[in-house]
Amino acid sequence: MATTGQEEFTLDTAAELAAEESAAQIQGRSPWALAGRRLRRNKFALFFLALFVLICVACLLGGVYAKHVSHLGKNDTNPGGVITVNGQRVHVISQGKTVIKNGIPQIKFGGVPIGPQWGAAGGQYILGADTLGRDVATRVLYGGFNSLFIGIISALICTFLSVVFALLAGYFGGVSDWIISRAFDLIWAFPVILLGIALGTALSLNGFHHGPINISGSSLWIPIAVISIVFVPYIGRPLRGQVLALREREFIEASTAQGAGPLRIMFTELLPNLASSVLVLFTLIVANAILTEAALSFLGAGVQPPNPSWGTMIADGQHQLANAPWISIFPGLMIALTVLSLNVFGDGLRDALDPRAKVRIEH
Amino acid sequence: MAAFFIRRIVGMVLVLIAVSFIVYLIFIVIPGGDPALRIAGRVATPANIASIKHKLGLDQNIIVQWFDMVKSLLNGTLVSYYNGTNVSQQIKEGIPATFSLCIGAGLIWLFFGVLVGTISAIRAGRVADRLITALALIGISLPVAWLGLVLLYLFTEQGFGGTLGTLFPSGGYVPLTQDPVQWAYHLILPWLTLAVLFIGFYGRVLRSNILDTINEDFVRTAKAKGLTSQRIIVKHVLRASLIPIVTLFGLDFAAVLGGGAIITETVYNVQGVGWYAAQAIGTQDLPPLMGLTLYGATFIVVFSTLIDIAYAYLDPRIRLT
Repeated sequence: MATTGQEEFTLDTAAELAAEESAAQIQGRSPWALAGRRLRRNKFALFFLALFVLICVACLLGGVYAKHVSHLGKNDTNPGGVITVNGQRVHVISQGKTVIKNGIPQIKFGGVPIGPQWGAAGGQYILGADTLGRDVATRVLYGGFNSLFIGIISALICTFLSVVFALLAGYFGGVSDWIISRAFDLIWAFPVILLGIALGTALSLNGFHHGPINISGSSLWIPIAVISIVFVPYIGRPLRGQVLALREREFIEASTAQGAGPLRIMFTELLPNLASSVLVLFTLIVANAILTEAALSFLGAGVQPPNPSWGTMIADGQHQLANAPWISIFPGLMIALTVLSLNVFGDGLRDALDPRAKVRIEH
Repeated sequence: MAAFFIRRIVGMVLVLIAVSFIVYLIFIVIPGGDPALRIAGRVATPANIASIKHKLGLDQNIIVQWFDMVKSLLNGTLVSYYNGTNVSQQIKEGIPATFSLCIGAGLIWLFFGVLVGTISAIRAGRVADRLITALALIGISLPVAWLGLVLLYLFTEQGFGGTLGTLFPSGGYVPLTQDPVQWAYHLILPWLTLAVLFIGFYGRVLRSNILDTINEDFVRTAKAKGLTSQRIIVKHVLRASLIPIVTLFGLDFAAVLGGGAIITETVYNVQGVGWYAAQAIGTQDLPPLMGLTLYGATFIVVFSTLIDIAYAYLDPRIRLT
């Protein structure tokens, strides 16, 4: 494998390696092992990977949190509830009352949900309540699970479709290239968010019921389908370009001379050469898919209430901004942290896999 | 050259026809899309539905229906199913607000994106570069809706009495012709909200382009000729590095002009084309969405042709074919 790694295996890294280890160990390092080594040294990228994993684990444990800490399920409302904060009894949703101030009675309006308690009320309402008395922290965790699930699954589907189309278009060329490229152009010409919203609203009204496929209107698979379709050309195009360039290389010719068929060439010769780009693009697509989910859900075309997602929660709080900003702020902060950690890790991954690569989502 | 234009124009028309047909299919074929059922309401008799269907022309062949809709859109006679307003008229009314928002934001993000990317590349590895890189990463990670709400919370009376004071109005649009000062004052927050993501993105792209270009032979030649480094950066490096930015800017600008700034317009209640789209979505109104999608797609296909022309002009190695 040393031959394929030669381009990245510069004299500097060689000297570094030789200084640390005996020559016998240097042999047999694959490009992947070298990349892994570079990635392990990038503490910054690793820190953000750890942050992303931490967010994922926390969101997976939403059920545990609801049961043992907040004692409120993800959709449990509690409008008339009373909790004990530092020994005092406080309404979850404030009651209207008249206050005598300087001898003049003033009406204080109720209906304001309780703010973040940071643990003062036992485990309840750590991040405050929303207008229905639901626990924001619980919903942030459950909503995070939905947002991450949509982000990761749609990125997987989108990447899979893009790789297959890019291989078919780039390897066969001619008619299949023409058809696939025009299909990319067509999706590209659609205003992304408008296409997503049009599909999302049309589908979420009654669901999708055709033949064996039966999806209810509130299913998470609707935003997943929408997001995975709209992003296909954004990574399909750069990958197709790479396949076109790789197809002309000698190792493909050698493989053809050995009698390998198209499938074999596509999957055992071309695909491994795309792998590093695909990995990096996948990370970035997850980040973009989470942002798109938030946008769709904010506009009511993604995850359907009362099911929480970070996007729907931002929308829930948008008209309570003056009284209860925490309803929107915390889910948005989670999106920002998650997407930031993915972007930083994606950068680190790209630098590790090929320090000189220029892969990015075509925009 | 003539062949290029003819082919591109034919291609553009075909793409627009396909786009309009797909939008139609999305709304008619997917269940829940039948507008007659929605208009008739919950207690509709079959006769009632049939008469609505006939009135809207929905009892005809799909191809005929689609053709009629596109034809009336082009005539400017297409009306909303929901409230009977004229679609072309509504889009036209939204254009000044959307263009004000997008041209302002576009200038901001292009200027700061190029500035930030250039500084970052020139100071690569130093403190300024690290700071800019970190800020750019944060900028591309913020959800637009959230950024808009946070700015509203911090700077307007819609927030908690304006956490940092009520420095700005909390949205709305004042026409430029009515009061230029109020126009800009109302648009400052929306401009920033829309521009932040793009500034981060362009800064990152430009930084890596410049760092690639600096190693090219023509830069070495320019150095060998004894040019000052300022001149080399501006005249040689930046010119070559900005070419990909032209593509990005063209497509992004086309997308926001075509109604893509839907979230910014919704959060700040700027009643432009994107805001109109959000309204149409809320009421599941096919004719406006058809009009808006075609309007948006037109911008994208026209701008991508313009980009190709600009590309051939900026990079002499590329020929229009």
